[in-house]
Amino acid sequence: MSAFSAFSHKPRGASLALGLTLAAVLAGCSSVKLDDVPVEDRSGAAVSAIQPGNAQGGQGGAAGQRDVTGVQVPKTDDAATAMSRVVYFDYDSFEVKAEFAQVLEANARHLSADRSRKVVLQGHTDERGGREYNLALGQKRAEAVRRSLSLLGVSESQMEPVSFGEEKPAEAGLTEAAYAKNRRVEFSYR
Amino acid sequence: MPDLCRLDDQALTRRKTLLGAAASLSLMSLPLRPALAQFRVEVSGVGLTQFPFSAVAFRGNAGAGQDMAAIVRADLERSGQFRFVDPVASGLDETSRPDLAPWREKGADSLLAGSVQKLADGRFDVRFRLWDVVRGQDLGGLSYPVTAGELRLAAHRIADYIYEKLTGEKGVFSTRIAYVTKAGSSHSLWVADADGEGARAALSSPEPIISPAWAPGGQQLAYVSFEARKPVIYVHDVATGKRRLMANFRGSNSAPAWSPDGRQLVATLSLSGNAQIYAMTAAGGGEPRRLTQGGSIDTEPVFSADGKTIFFVSDRGGAPQIYRMDAQGGNPQRVTFSGNYNISPAPSPDGRWLAYISRVNGAFRLHVMELASGKVSAISETGADESPSFSPNSRLIIYATRDKGQEALMTSTVDGRIKTRLAGAQGDIREPEWGPFQR
Repeated sequence: MSAFSAFSHKPRGASLALGLTLAAVLAGCSSVKLDDVPVEDRSGAAVSAIQPGNAQGGQGGAAGQRDVTGVQVPKTDDAATAMSRVVYFDYDSFEVKAEFAQVLEANARHLSADRSRKVVLQGHTDERGGREYNLALGQKRAEAVRRSLSLLGVSESQMEPVSFGEEKPAEAGLTEAAYAKNRRVEFSYR
Repeated sequence: MPDLCRLDDQALTRRKTLLGAAASLSLMSLPLRPALAQFRVEVSGVGLTQFPFSAVAFRGNAGAGQDMAAIVRADLERSGQFRFVDPVASGLDETSRPDLAPWREKGADSLLAGSVQKLADGRFDVRFRLWDVVRGQDLGGLSYPVTAGELRLAAHRIADYIYEKLTGEKGVFSTRIAYVTKAGSSHSLWVADADGEGARAALSSPEPIISPAWAPGGQQLAYVSFEARKPVIYVHDVATGKRRLMANFRGSNSAPAWSPDGRQLVATLSLSGNAQIYAMTAAGGGEPRRLTQGGSIDTEPVFSADGKTIFFVSDRGGAPQIYRMDAQGGNPQRVTFSGNYNISPAPSPDGRWLAYISRVNGAFRLHVMELASGKVSAISETGADESPSFSPNSRLIIYATRDKGQEALMTSTVDGRIKTRLAGAQGDIREPEWGPFQR
């Protein structure tokens, strides 16, 4: 719209000349005619028949220059990227299951990255059975994790396996679901 | 208002204050915090032979604030060996020479009468006399000068006297018990009279406490505390509140037990990579001596009363069973053969019985084995039994269980016939341990 802005700043004396110039300019303007400015409606299809509508806006120059198309960065799964600090066990078992290999590896990497880091491996059981025997079972679970970490290169001085037995359940209740949440080893970093 | 009643009010006020300040409790010895009522006798059976006895309210009771005859009656009934006969007369005391014929007719074999008198220095003089109703004989009596706070103990000593006179065995009514309560994240280790009264917290902690074990003299308790975010063993002087860290080796330290001479502690340490039993000197210091060998779980050591052997739990055969070995370690012999999960051995002080917990069809039930014959009886009706412990006269077993959805302490006669129940007023109650005779 440069003609309009030139018109508004010029002194009065030259207004007629400018007016004629303006008419000439307008008559010879090869810019896009107003009728043919494509209007994007909500469906993304162009209203004008001349301009093929292109809702994506990514192809050639078909999308309007002032379009904005949002891009959503997908939300990262926090549990997957943050280091998990718990491993779960089957009933009456102290075997570290394959599904927790990544948890072990992540913690092993964390410990190997800085040899001054220390972890307390806290073994737990569900509440079934005697307290002292469960304390010993929890210890077996903590020791099993210690062995796994040791095989992954963590030095012994960085780990202390201890047991809480049944004394610190993660979930109260006498259901199988609660029991499963309590049979665990937690990685406790100071 | 009598002195004792006023003491109770103070105790209640202090209790309210303590409850309000619970959040800021660290580890402290709390003097007075009565939280529980007496053991309630719930007779689930009838004893074989029960001595019928009667008692008259002590003269001067009202002034003392404690019903001495009622305390004696409750003690004797709880033993399962005595049956109360309602009195046929009143107004007797230790100086009376009662006509025993009506008592004989009523069916009482013995009669207790006594008095409580306030002394000039504020203490009380407790006196009693016991009568053999059948033979018409005076079975003697005693007097105890005691403070108001010791009146209950005086009544317990009277019950001991009667029990010993009539059964020939020592009574346990003056002994103490220890147990643990849990209310939310607040854990306490309590010391109370054997009837559940007079409980005082020896330790309060935001972390769990398990496995209390009385030293032979009844002055110290060993226990496991998780206050350091791992299990460690303390030895704690109950009267002074002074305690020392007995075992804090790498890994877990638990299941402390004293030798009968009080010189050693045995415990479960995970030093070697799995739970094994070690011996330490009670005085502390020095390296722990390993008593068990192998890669299995060995835990819950407890000395036999003669100090020559140690019972313990081992899953060396695949599942936890009870074994016994020499006190120095070695020569392990299996003790339990029925059932595939047997734990928590508790031998009787007279060497005759072994109480333990056996899992039967998923339920954890109190069992008693006669050691000479190997014969086993299941003596409880509940299915979540834990932590059995014999009274020092080998007549009663205290244990923890869950009954009607609530954790409770129970006592039982060895044959299971007479039981009593103590439920905690607040929160869960567990880990009972019967204290020894005190000098």
